[in-house]
Amino acid sequence: MTRSVHPALIALAVLVFIFLVGPLVIVVGAALSDTSYLTFPPQGLSLRWFENIFEIAAFRRTIVTSLQIAFISTGIALLIGIPAAYAMNRYRVQLPGWLSTLFVLPVLVPELVLGFSLLKSVAVQFTIPIYISLVIGHTLLVLPYVVRVISASLAGFDFSVEEAAVSLGSPPLKTFFTILLPNVRSGVIAAFILAFITSINDVSISIFMTGPGISTLPIQILAHTEQFFDPTVASVSVLLMVLTVAVMAIVERTLGLTFLAK
Amino acid sequence: MTQRLVLDHITAHYGSTRVLEDLSLDIAEGELVSLLGASGCGKTTTLRLIAGFLTPTAGTITLGGKDLTRLPAHKRDIGLVFQNYALFPHLSVADNVGFGLKQRGIAGEARAKRVNAMLERVGLAHLAERLPGALSGGQKQRVALARALVIEPPLLMFDEPLSNLDAKLRVDMRVEIRQLQRANGTTSVYVTHDQEEAFSISDRVAIMHQGRIMQLDTPEMLYQRPANAFVARFVGFENLIQMKVIAREGGNVTAEAAGGVRLSLSADRFGAIPDRFILASRADGLAVTDDPNADGIPATLGLRTYLGRAYQYQCETPAGHLLANGPLTRPFAPGTAARLVPVPEQCTILAPEDQNR
Repeated sequence: MTRSVHPALIALAVLVFIFLVGPLVIVVGAALSDTSYLTFPPQGLSLRWFENIFEIAAFRRTIVTSLQIAFISTGIALLIGIPAAYAMNRYRVQLPGWLSTLFVLPVLVPELVLGFSLLKSVAVQFTIPIYISLVIGHTLLVLPYVVRVISASLAGFDFSVEEAAVSLGSPPLKTFFTILLPNVRSGVIAAFILAFITSINDVSISIFMTGPGISTLPIQILAHTEQFFDPTVASVSVLLMVLTVAVMAIVERTLGLTFLAK
Repeated sequence: MTQRLVLDHITAHYGSTRVLEDLSLDIAEGELVSLLGASGCGKTTTLRLIAGFLTPTAGTITLGGKDLTRLPAHKRDIGLVFQNYALFPHLSVADNVGFGLKQRGIAGEARAKRVNAMLERVGLAHLAERLPGALSGGQKQRVALARALVIEPPLLMFDEPLSNLDAKLRVDMRVEIRQLQRANGTTSVYVTHDQEEAFSISDRVAIMHQGRIMQLDTPEMLYQRPANAFVARFVGFENLIQMKVIAREGGNVTAEAAGGVRLSLSADRFGAIPDRFILASRADGLAVTDDPNADGIPATLGLRTYLGRAYQYQCETPAGHLLANGPLTRPFAPGTAARLVPVPEQCTILAPEDQNR
């Protein structure tokens, strides 16, 4: 079956594509430029701005901090989110309906508002150290994704399988680890990746939570841009992009991207 | 030790809703008892109580003399077969069957041997390495059966195990289940809403309604001698005629139904007849005759259907709409005025309904 596509539709598709990919091309181009200021198209080709990232201590530090915060907050979110998603699916009938809404609420609140409120009424109020504030903020930020994705993979789970295991002599907690978790493994992996990327790329919450001496990579990029207009930020952006694309590629290979769309 | 299952005055609630009311059940070793009823009658609740997934609000459950009432489900040692098979999706057929043995610390050779022997018995040895997702419905149910049987449980329970299978397979599987259960002599509880299935497979059947057992009896007795109007309707007694005794003369009773219909019934043939009762029968319990003097219910015959062994008539009578059978030798035309004569062997006298509510 052949269908003719209207030329205007093709033109529109091309426009959208350019719109989406264009900025990325510009960033990659700018990162490779030999000039000492951000420019596009690049003049000359050089990797020296990539080298420069690692020569600036603040970048080295914030990359480490960002990775640490992402790992820790994603880990905590999984520890809270998996049991929460489990309980909400397992005892759906007994639990009130608003409970599942509660867990996605942080997504509905603008992140800036969330960040500001956290700073004002938690971090300052209880004089919580910066690093811990960051962990708390990011955990809150990624928790809804974790609950959402794991709930989606639990929705198809038949809980009588658990009862079968228990009836065969497996204690409930052991059953959770040997029967339930292996069956939602792909959901847990997807939740981890989604949460990790969200945390690594976050600006809105981090900007309130960071402070003297401790910062995350995106905040450092902002700070650097304010002082220098060299292509280092473009290089860092490319680095972040490559990292994200690599992670997505792994998801795509192992689970399929449709999984995330669920 | 005999593996007798006793439920003693069990009451259960879901929240504030009472779902089982003072339920007692005594199942002998090696016996297969079905819990039969429509959804919401409490049959699955009863099974889940015995399995330990629910706790009764009152009463005790004992198996082989051991009190199970407060024992956690994983310590009860009960083989369960679920409606939707409930196989472990991430484990092979062999690992599914071996799961219970693994929990009991049986490892390596010993486990493999028992798993293989069990898979042989259910005819699935060639599929041992498959994942459940690659099996047909019948095969899945066999794996579920093998998984429950391999732990040699003192009690086997089935929760509508065949309702996801097609008609032909259902009949084959129930024979298979019965044979395995008989061969092992395992005490069993079988939950179903399918009357034919319950009657064909069970030693005794408990017909349940609104959290109570309406009658617990052999299939033969239930089918021929229902104890009350509910069970009578359940097993297909189409004609339930409310009657009132108006005269007793020796062994003969004259009773009246709605519309002034009078019947004389002989106590020798019907047994003791209370003052108010229900005359219950299937269509073959009322014989159609055109003899205007016969002692029967006056009726106008309606639609005639051919059953092979008889003609069946939809009948309009002063006592209401009834079903009756007539002889093959004499088909009657619709509109014929006839009499419906009760056949004592095919009729049962029941207490009026308001008394068993």
